[in-house]
Amino acid sequence: MIEANTVSESTTATSAAPGRHDSLVIDGIALESRLIMGTGGAPSLDGLGAALVASGTSLTTVAMRRYSPAESGSLFQLLVDHGIRVLPNTAGCFTARDAVLTAELAREALETDWVKLEVIADEHTLLPDAVELVDATEQLVNRGFKVFAYTNDDPVLALRLENLGATAVMPLGSPIGTGLGILNPHNIELIVSRANVPVVLDAGIGTASDAALAMELGCDAVLLATAVTRAQDPALMGEAFKHAVIAGRLAKEAGRIPRREHALASSAMEGRAEFL
Amino acid sequence: MNITLNGASRTVADGASITALVSEVTGRALSADGQATDGQRLGVAVAHNSEVVPRSKWHGTALADGDDVELVTAVQGG
Repeated sequence: MIEANTVSESTTATSAAPGRHDSLVIDGIALESRLIMGTGGAPSLDGLGAALVASGTSLTTVAMRRYSPAESGSLFQLLVDHGIRVLPNTAGCFTARDAVLTAELAREALETDWVKLEVIADEHTLLPDAVELVDATEQLVNRGFKVFAYTNDDPVLALRLENLGATAVMPLGSPIGTGLGILNPHNIELIVSRANVPVVLDAGIGTASDAALAMELGCDAVLLATAVTRAQDPALMGEAFKHAVIAGRLAKEAGRIPRREHALASSAMEGRAEFL
Repeated sequence: MNITLNGASRTVADGASITALVSEVTGRALSADGQATDGQRLGVAVAHNSEVVPRSKWHGTALADGDDVELVTAVQGG
């Protein structure tokens, strides 16, 4: 039987940066924040920068697209300027072939072998295509990539991806951009309980409490974009998520009380004043 | 000669290297190792006829008439 989170917990304890006892360590890199940000949906680069800073994120994902002189390279520079590590993704890829080629381009352009692997089935659901995802994970691991696999909330598939060498598994809470939160908390808990690599709740987060719940369920981090970039006040929402992830993590560590059928008095009945 | 860059036809000098093309499109001066001479990171990658070309090989890769080149960078998304 697999012990829950052996790898991530032990690496967290031994190699976190001084003074930060709760960094998330991935591939030997300590990330101070457990909030991984996406960049899709932001109306302006300035607004995005403010939201990213307010969220306190240490790692942010970007898409790879054709270079356009009109909007050249400023997002990458923005992340570099703010000291935020970049996690390129393969958003928009429908096949393992396209995802592998996109990852290779990202590694070359951004000089990192980390990749958020996203292979979607169709534009209507944006759900991962499990068959292509498994194929691409295997190819990318063989090519030396650190694969952050965006996957369905399927405990069997999550374990398959880990066994293929994924660096992190990233189950969805609900479909991308829906803001429906975590539709199957039981499956997320099951994925966490069997994983020996970091589990990142990715996609479907609507508001701060969804992120807190993900952490309470035992996820090592949360990845979100739309919930911040399309909020009425993205910077304020970014800050809300920063606190939510910390709060959820602390609550998980603290150990919640068991749920009970009936009330349990918190005050002693003895010694009450008696009124005649 | 003509090549296809990011899906559009483009005229380049005969035998131009990938370095010359990238430098022309991005407006950044590049050294032979494919790094920007201004010291900032370039942040782009090239696929030449569907094969990714490492920046260290841009200088030694000559384009030919009819070649297909994809030049990509990081944008918002995902």
